[in-house]
Amino acid sequence: MKDKTRLSDLSRPSGEQLLHLDPEDLQPLPMSRDDGSSGRAWAPLSQQVRDRYECDLDDTCALSLPRPKTPEQERELVGQFLAGLEKLFTRENNWTFLQPLLLTVEHCARCQTCSDACHVYESSGRAEIYRPTYRSEVFRRLYYKHVKGGGLLSAWQHGAIDLTWSMVARLAELAYRCNLCRRCAQTCPIGADNGLVTHEIRKLFSQEMGIAPKELHESGSMLQLKSGSSTGMNARAVRDNVQFIDEEMSEKTGLAVETPWDVEGADILLIHNAGEVLAWPENPGAFAVLLNAAGVSWTLSSELAAYDAVNYGVWYDDAQLARVALMHAQVAKKLKVGKIVMGECGHAHKALFVIADRILTGDLNIPRESCLTLLRDIVVGGRVKLDPSRNDFPVTLHDPCNMVRLMGIVEPQREILRRICPQFREMHPHGVDNYCCGGGSGFAIMSGHNFQDWRAQVSGRKKIEQILNAFAECLDPSRPKYVCAPCSNCKGQIRDALNYHDLWEKHRILYGGLVELIVNAMEDVTPGFIEWEWR
Amino acid sequence: MTVVLYLVIAAAVLAFVVASLERAVRYARAPLHLRWELYPVPHEKPARVAYGGSYFETSEWWKVPRHFSLIGELRFMVPEILFLKALRENNRPLWFRSFPFHFGLYLLTGSCGLILLTAGLSVLQGRPISGVVGTLLRETYTLGGVSGLVLALVGAAALLHRRLTAPDLRSYTTPGDILNLLFFLVAFGLLGVGYLLRPEGSAGVLTIVTGILRWDPTPQVAPVFAAGLVVTSVLTAYIPLTHMSHFVAKYFTYHSVRWDDAPLRDNRRIAAAFAEYLTYRPTWSAPHMKAGGATTWAEVAATNPKVGGEKRS
Ligand code: SF4
Ligand code: SF4
Repeated sequence: MKDKTRLSDLSRPSGEQLLHLDPEDLQPLPMSRDDGSSGRAWAPLSQQVRDRYECDLDDTCALSLPRPKTPEQERELVGQFLAGLEKLFTRENNWTFLQPLLLTVEHCARCQTCSDACHVYESSGRAEIYRPTYRSEVFRRLYYKHVKGGGLLSAWQHGAIDLTWSMVARLAELAYRCNLCRRCAQTCPIGADNGLVTHEIRKLFSQEMGIAPKELHESGSMLQLKSGSSTGMNARAVRDNVQFIDEEMSEKTGLAVETPWDVEGADILLIHNAGEVLAWPENPGAFAVLLNAAGVSWTLSSELAAYDAVNYGVWYDDAQLARVALMHAQVAKKLKVGKIVMGECGHAHKALFVIADRILTGDLNIPRESCLTLLRDIVVGGRVKLDPSRNDFPVTLHDPCNMVRLMGIVEPQREILRRICPQFREMHPHGVDNYCCGGGSGFAIMSGHNFQDWRAQVSGRKKIEQILNAFAECLDPSRPKYVCAPCSNCKGQIRDALNYHDLWEKHRILYGGLVELIVNAMEDVTPGFIEWEWR
Repeated sequence: MTVVLYLVIAAAVLAFVVASLERAVRYARAPLHLRWELYPVPHEKPARVAYGGSYFETSEWWKVPRHFSLIGELRFMVPEILFLKALRENNRPLWFRSFPFHFGLYLLTGSCGLILLTAGLSVLQGRPISGVVGTLLRETYTLGGVSGLVLALVGAAALLHRRLTAPDLRSYTTPGDILNLLFFLVAFGLLGVGYLLRPEGSAGVLTIVTGILRWDPTPQVAPVFAAGLVVTSVLTAYIPLTHMSHFVAKYFTYHSVRWDDAPLRDNRRIAAAFAEYLTYRPTWSAPHMKAGGATTWAEVAATNPKVGGEKRS
């Protein structure tokens, strides 16, 4: 694709779509060489949606931002945007990320070294607007013009930019075409970070203008603060569901399974992504089976927000991030547990262990550990008897960006897989160089309009390519295969993308968590814990 | 005229140092941020650095003393600074152009340091440095200076060519970017031509630097060489005012962001800083923020906007 889009095009008048992706523009998938198929047809946005919402960027729409009705409204919104832009660069409002933001904005050399690291850019066939530096460069020019008050000389040095409502609206959408995976940042010779710029743009829109995807804010972090979980489950519902899971697990494994609740003084407060309880009950179920069998002192909590590890604020809003992190820590303190162990959820790991670490002051800084190290200790320490021959099928591992590139938890999951999965093979690249699943930064739970098409076809494309390559020699559907994704959101994205590209039907590629593989190999458990059925 | 030249050179060096320091101090004084590290982090245990692991891989990591290896950081930083390792690995075509440019600048800077040392020693001992040491110093800075100038010139020309021809660079290139590279070409070109063509008996670099240290205006500087020195001086003062000051930023982007994995636990400096930040009063306007300039960040964080905006205990 020869994409001639320029930075100034972001200000083109409303109603002009900046990018249209044709299937042939997209990076070919390995399977398309075999049978020519590369997923379903992309459902176009209806004219009604286009008339109603700001969707002039590309073929999809993440924000459903209503179009302003009058020029006055547009001016007011631009004014709000400018106010937010200034706040991003003040100590009082943005001490949380001011230093890294300034470093990135003031020093990018526009060398484009980072572009080739980005799976969204590459998968789209190198669409200019998805280049990691595209949104950053627009943002940088706005900074020099409107925050530093640059005149003609500044425009000459840093580049000119016209601020219009159409540009603000496109920029808002563009902030939701990046997975915040920071693979681009890893390659930058200067240490600049385009993922951070996206994060800060999202914050500007949310914290100043109240603009964020519904799935992340209203039915995400706000619902979690209200009812305790972004799934909408209250404490009663989650306990009922888990009790049902316990019963199922007891029947399935032949072991009596009971999940402990609100045990004061337990060694471990385990916090799951509550989505697991509803979408993949075998995951919390497998944790219960394994922890009980290994004799671990653990508990779940039924306090507000403490039975749901998710913390969507990490992707778009510092206040929401802090609120949920504080709730998690307060519950652990109240229960007097030895430590919090985070279940298989990448962003929840990063939110509570890394990003919120320094705001958990005093006795709220409860020790926090990954479930991956706990599981590794159980497996490697021989605390349960395991029979790897039960896992004798091809397994590959997806590295959740949040746990791996952004936290450095690389080996524990591999130590486990090397012991219990005789046919384990890596994707390439992997570890800290991995590619995002395509669902990072909240995309996995965003499906408004045709956003799911975009994330299966564009942001999730690279991962599908990696999965197909990892199983290249055993794609025959007679051999079931397993993509191990020890993260709830990655699992959701991989499920959607596999389904979209029909890879269960065509190649019998299933996905699931890590703990399920361990329980599947437990000698004391009735064989067949992993069921080879699409879910 | 020589005095004017001395003044320009001294002022440019001073401006460079002050502007670079000002920039460094500005970043150093910026608030500590929420953690935002990116792996590999090279001060980890060497076995972990190899694959990008962290202390989070250790069970109950908080009970184990944190590993911090300065050698590990240096092992990363030295090849990065000297040979632009990240660029070499991730953007080879640009590295072929950028490396000679940067390495040329290092050689020039190093040669300037040696000339200053030679001039300083000769001022201190009241006569020129002679003998083996003198010859060694002279040969080294001459070789370093000339090769540095050639490399920087070739690199700047190659970078400019790429900026103007590679489509993905071209559309992100501002007039300022072009001027910056032209500035290098003109300054170093004049310097090189002036140095080569200067008449017998006119001052060379050592004479000029010694003259500045002694504030002795008697040396005669050839006009083209003087012009080269003036333009290079202005360029030197200009660099820290632009994004070319990434030599300052790079310290912070690596040490203070990518590699800053220091946990809050027992870190009094971080705890004190964050205690202060949490008293700041944000003015973000979105309704759910419950901010507005009157409430502190600590209060905002303790507010549940879904429970009537009330503060939780
Ligand atoms: S972010 Fe880094 S790699 Fe990307 S263009 Fe800027 S300086 Fe180059
Ligand atoms: S953070 Fe990831 S998705 Fe975003 S621009 Fe960088 S590489 Fe692309």
